[in-house]
Amino acid sequence: MNGSLPIEAVLVLLVITDLLLLGSSRFRTCIRVVAVQGLALGLLPVLLHGAEAPARAWGLAGASMLLKGAVFPLLLLRVLRDTGARREVEPYVGYTLSILGGVGALVFSLWVGSRLELPGTALTGSSLMVPAGLATLLIGLFLIASRRNALSQVLGYIVVENGIYTFGVALVGGVPMLVELGVLMDAFVAVFIMSIAAYHISREFDHIEVDRLDRLRG
Amino acid sequence: MTLLLVAMGLTALGGLCALAAGRRPRAATAFGVGSAAAGSALGLYAALGALLSGAGRPLAGAPQWSMPGGSLSLELDALSAFFLIPTLLLSGLAAVYGGEYLAAWRGRKNLGAAWFSFNLLVVSMALVMVARNAVLFLLAWEAMALSSFFLVAFEAGKPGVRRSAWVYMVATHLGTACLLAMFAVLGSRAGSFEFEAMGRAAQLSPALAGLAFVLALLGFGTKAGFMPLHVWLPEAHPAAPSHVSAVMSGVMIKTGIYGLVRLLAMIGPPPAWWGWTLVAVGATSGILGVLFALAQHDLKRLLAYHSVENIGIIALGLGLGLLGVSLNLPALAVLGFAGGLLHVLNHAIFKGLLFLGAGSVLHATGTREIDHLGGLLKRMPQTGAAFLVGAAAISGLPPLNGFTSEFLIYLGAFRATAADGGTIPAAVPAVMAIAALALIGGLAAACFTKAFGIVFLGEARSARCESAHEPGLSMRLPMLVLAAGCAAIGLCPLPVVRAMGPVIEPLAGPAASKVGGELAAAGGMLLAITIGAGLCLALVALLALLRLRLLAGRPVEETVTWDCGYARPTARMQYTASSFAQPLSALFRIFLGTREKLRAPEGLFPSAAGLATETPDACERGLFRPAFGGLAWLFSRLRVLQQGRVQLYVLYVVLTLLALLVWKLG
Repeated sequence: MNGSLPIEAVLVLLVITDLLLLGSSRFRTCIRVVAVQGLALGLLPVLLHGAEAPARAWGLAGASMLLKGAVFPLLLLRVLRDTGARREVEPYVGYTLSILGGVGALVFSLWVGSRLELPGTALTGSSLMVPAGLATLLIGLFLIASRRNALSQVLGYIVVENGIYTFGVALVGGVPMLVELGVLMDAFVAVFIMSIAAYHISREFDHIEVDRLDRLRG
Repeated sequence: MTLLLVAMGLTALGGLCALAAGRRPRAATAFGVGSAAAGSALGLYAALGALLSGAGRPLAGAPQWSMPGGSLSLELDALSAFFLIPTLLLSGLAAVYGGEYLAAWRGRKNLGAAWFSFNLLVVSMALVMVARNAVLFLLAWEAMALSSFFLVAFEAGKPGVRRSAWVYMVATHLGTACLLAMFAVLGSRAGSFEFEAMGRAAQLSPALAGLAFVLALLGFGTKAGFMPLHVWLPEAHPAAPSHVSAVMSGVMIKTGIYGLVRLLAMIGPPPAWWGWTLVAVGATSGILGVLFALAQHDLKRLLAYHSVENIGIIALGLGLGLLGVSLNLPALAVLGFAGGLLHVLNHAIFKGLLFLGAGSVLHATGTREIDHLGGLLKRMPQTGAAFLVGAAAISGLPPLNGFTSEFLIYLGAFRATAADGGTIPAAVPAVMAIAALALIGGLAAACFTKAFGIVFLGEARSARCESAHEPGLSMRLPMLVLAAGCAAIGLCPLPVVRAMGPVIEPLAGPAASKVGGELAAAGGMLLAITIGAGLCLALVALLALLRLRLLAGRPVEETVTWDCGYARPTARMQYTASSFAQPLSALFRIFLGTREKLRAPEGLFPSAAGLATETPDACERGLFRPAFGGLAWLFSRLRVLQQGRVQLYVLYVVLTLLALLVWKLG
């Protein structure tokens, strides 16, 4: 496809931001990286259609970028400020090891991408889209599993959503608008609720460390 | 078929109304009893019509159902109709009985919920018997298990009742698990969960058919109560209210037999080892069931063990029938199946009667302990007479109905040993069956001599016993109807035996053409024996009359029995249930494992002495308790996985997904 170069650039950016997330120790950085990731991904539908992108693709890109690039980060930054959580992400797994794990996930995704037979032969965009999406998905799950703080988990959730989004775009090209809007809406509501929940957890327990919530178990 | 559906709908609707009436006990009882009795009567009419007219009638234009693999296919053929008859008959009578029986709980328990469960139980049993789709069948099966679970747990406040209910729940779900596996095997071969498609599908390989048979034996056997799987019966039956015990023991466990028979009719010609297995299972259940019954001193627990025994007799008959089909011995096939299935009907009638009788005793005296009762025949003559009829019937004495079915099995087995069989593979199990049946019959007679003798004869052993009185008409009437049923089938066996023809034709395989002839021949012999027994009874009656005539006009007075030299004999000096059964239970000590706690009298003037015996279930103690203990230990090891950390759980999910992905792609 003609316009595959910008698409691949976006995908490379996606993977780099993933690795950056694994390696950075500060929440602010992480939130900004996720914002950049969201902005880059927002471009995907437009890029896929090339120059003759219909108005609704632009509209979607705008909505997606607005949410992921501005609303989510601002929400999260506010929670970070209000809860007074520590500024470091406090992982269970060290940063270097995390990055190595991320690279491992990337290799695994490339292998899966080469083996996976997707329904419908017409893959759109670049052949890298499936591996990149899968790697993002895995890294997001890894973020959720390996960090203590509830905010990290929200970030991980957004990254997982980004991975699914990329995967979905690769699978069906222009995702039907309704579905896309639905996913966006889901993510928005989820992040909104999780932010509020994190805020309340911190009010209740003076911290938002998920690993200490196990005191609740009977 | 439509009529039956209307009847089921009526019963279900009445149950819902009862539930809605909730805490207004009179209204709830009226809804529950009325709809269950009316629905049962209507359904009984439909089932009788279907049985007598023969041909099966699928429900035309079954509505679509969105359940995957499921459909609402129903059919009322001879086999279904035959099982429906005792089910609906006993359910209707038990409902009438239960109306008065449950009156004592008015205001203390939610009777609306109880009647809802009861009606649901009746409807689901009927649905199990007409369903022709595995998914529908399993749903009805589970509804049956759940509704009966709630009925068993009716008196959940009493000690031990909850435990009994849970034992029942676990047992029935283990059975359902086997059934799920069985239907999965059959359904995957046939490509559909319709019974018709399963039956039509290409012949199963012997290994697969064997697997299905074993799974069915475990799954249906749990419900029916085959010997090592019977442990829930002696727990659940005593715990449930008596009219529910009657329904559960009389007909609900027969759904297990129905399922087994339906499967056998579906999966083609049986190899000989199926017959062997069933004969062995039947002999074990029968003999051990009656032995454990002999050692009990809880009246309802004793009856529950007798259900195990009678299920054993049914399995013996079915096993001989299967052997007859696989060895091509028409007489054995026809008589085995006819005897086994007829015993289903007969057992439903007399066991229902006995449980209702035990319920009346419990209602009047407040205890199920046989050793606390006594002398009730004078105070409750009608209940006592009905119980006596049931006891004679369950012991297999002519001219009552228990004899009819056992005689058919005997006859089939004898025909296999001698006249047209004579081969070793048929003769050995046949002789085994004869010996087992004889032993069972003798022990059952001993056991019911004990039960009837201690409970109804002699003198009252407690104050409540002395003030006991006959229950109301709505409790007596069902018992009298059932007692009349025992006598009717026993005295007129011919039409009943002849009506069995269409029921066993689909089972008999190559012998199907000879069903009518064999049954007619057996019926003839039965008639002769019935006439003989009738003559004997007439002779006894004549002698009694003669005695009455001779004694007329002479002074007759009552005095105490021989009192061993004691000046003032008391009621506690009578034979107790334990002492009556002691010689037999000592003989079979090795199987029973009875624990005795004896405080022997000491010195010249002994004051305190005591004897307590307890016969816990050997299977539960030796088999299930260690097995479940092991499982609990194993699962407690798995707690390592449960750390309560969200991250770990996410990690589990991720790892599982990755493993699945790699497995799928690798």
